[in-house]
Amino acid sequence: MLSSLAAKFKNSSTKFTADLEHRAKIRTALGSYEKARNGTQAQYQDWQAARTAASTIKWEAINHLDAYLTEFVEKLTERGTKVFWASNGQEARDYVVTLAKEKGARSIIKSKSMTSEEIHLNEALQQAGYEVVESDLGEYIVQLREEAPYHLVFPAMHLTRHEISVLFQEKLHTPPTDSPEELTMIVRRALRLKYLEADIGISGANFGIAETGMISITENEGNARLTTALPKVHVALMGIEKVIPKLADLSLFLPMLATAGTGQQITCYNSLIGGPRQPHETDGPEEFHLILLDNQRTQLLADAEQRDALHCIRCGACLNVCPIYRNVGGHTYATTYQGPIGSVITPHLRGLMDWKHLSYASSLCGACTETCPVKIDLHHHLLHNRRNAVAKQPDPAERFAFRAFAFLTRFPGLLNRLARLSRPLMPLANRARSILPPPVKGWVSSRDLPPIAEKSFRDYWRTR
Amino acid sequence: MSSGKREDILGRIREALRVPAPRLHAGHGAAPAPIVPVQPRAWLPAVPPDAEGQLALFQKNCAQLKTDLQIVSGIEAATKTIVKLCKAHQWAMAAAHHHPLLDQIVPALGLETQYTEERPDSKSLEKCSVGITACDALIGQTGSIMLTARSAGGRALSVLPPHHLVIAQADQLVPDLPAAFELLSARYAKSYPSFITFITGPSRTGDIERILVLGAHGPKKLTVILIQ
Repeated sequence: MLSSLAAKFKNSSTKFTADLEHRAKIRTALGSYEKARNGTQAQYQDWQAARTAASTIKWEAINHLDAYLTEFVEKLTERGTKVFWASNGQEARDYVVTLAKEKGARSIIKSKSMTSEEIHLNEALQQAGYEVVESDLGEYIVQLREEAPYHLVFPAMHLTRHEISVLFQEKLHTPPTDSPEELTMIVRRALRLKYLEADIGISGANFGIAETGMISITENEGNARLTTALPKVHVALMGIEKVIPKLADLSLFLPMLATAGTGQQITCYNSLIGGPRQPHETDGPEEFHLILLDNQRTQLLADAEQRDALHCIRCGACLNVCPIYRNVGGHTYATTYQGPIGSVITPHLRGLMDWKHLSYASSLCGACTETCPVKIDLHHHLLHNRRNAVAKQPDPAERFAFRAFAFLTRFPGLLNRLARLSRPLMPLANRARSILPPPVKGWVSSRDLPPIAEKSFRDYWRTR
Repeated sequence: MSSGKREDILGRIREALRVPAPRLHAGHGAAPAPIVPVQPRAWLPAVPPDAEGQLALFQKNCAQLKTDLQIVSGIEAATKTIVKLCKAHQWAMAAAHHHPLLDQIVPALGLETQYTEERPDSKSLEKCSVGITACDALIGQTGSIMLTARSAGGRALSVLPPHHLVIAQADQLVPDLPAAFELLSARYAKSYPSFITFITGPSRTGDIERILVLGAHGPKKLTVILIQ
């Protein structure tokens, strides 16, 4: 029996895979990414050595996470940052809502944070009566459409400029335009006011530096800089796995994140924030709150075999190269984190039995593992998830099939006789698609069985 | 101050880490690989060893990034160049901060100027045509400008006005990212500013059909005046 999530995934993938227009859009967008990334990657003297080093640094950080987090928090609090440790999404949401109440906030500006998507922070704040505005252009667009980001890094990749123009006409009452530049300027103008008025700015964090007690934010638009510069209160939300040991480690991670993420050598702004405004500084928030979020990450940490999935720096490269992602599209996953990395970690974060179907949405081609800048063994982890799901709850039909197969292989004569009997039936399968039982039906509904050779190999061998 | 479930979370982490993870890159059944020393300089894009080559690389990167780089011979030439820019872009008001280098140039521009030391509110800072700042370093490898809240007049000055103008001296050019981080810790390790940023070109986005648009939320234009 398929869980309803698995059934939805299947329906959605069937729909999107047949949508040629959608596939063409994704192909164009990711084609230009691939070209840029290949060019930038080629400039590295040794990209493979850099990957090995990056994964080693992450291994070190994750496998001594308690020590690095302690150091990180100590350094941050020394300079006036208020750190809150949240076990789950509820605790993190409550903290932000309470803070907004305390500060008498009216409007809140946000820069891109997948972790905030994970805990549905916007919904909680809106329910509590606060206006929350996403400031990243792509995030702003999907927020207006009231849908989830389509991609970790490119939230509005599934939309054409025309669709965005129609959206803006409807929601912002702006004149129609098909110029990406004008569309961008519409948002720039609308958001300038929001930055100036916002009482609280909420951001994510790409890295936490233990040595110096800073968060690092990578972006291109400048929205994260404005979000963390202008409002009186800055709240950053960070998963506990984002901590790295040394400041100098960024000389490797910043360019690698950009190269793998967008194909840039380094993104436009890479900012380090180590506290609220310090005594001799002329501006900056009066308060800086950092929320450290567990939300099942320690569950994944406890799985030594798959612990390296916590090395992820959320560059999105595995999505970009994944043949499944490129065909079924980002929304089909129905998860915060899409693509191969999402399929690996979602079962840990939200329950294996509900999300195991994602581990089967893979051709196991290994393109994800090959491209990952921190060398997460993604496609093997998909296999690990499959194995764990079967061990937890075996599928009776599958078990029967394998037992029958094991039995028959012990009696080659019987197997041969059965095979010979079924030979004339095989060509009929293509014609009898609709009446065949699953899982055969699923397999032949989109494929033709190849024509059967006139002689079986066994017969050929005998008469050779 | 730290609050919330600190002990719970640290406890769960320690419990989880009791089972050691397989050594990295061990592959399936292969012998563990040694931990490599981190030498980003040997792996990142190559940078010429000489100052001249590094400047040429910085120039090339600026051109690609659409950063307007103007190399001038001295304080006087810098002032003249900025006055020209001022006329070309019809700047009405500037924002700047006090700094030994800037103080030799900005007052001579004949431009009404707000100084961040006087704590102007963000609304009036937003109305300025240009934000003029110093910086900590220029990075040849990436074409980046490194600055901090302390060296460049706070956080907003270099991102809020539509044009960011950086005045730097030739000896501020460092070869690569590792050198920039070395400089950062050498200069500030005792007490880091609350804000440090690496700026690489004017603000940009590719969120609509992956087509590059400059001036998404930050400055639409970035000019570097490099004094030799």
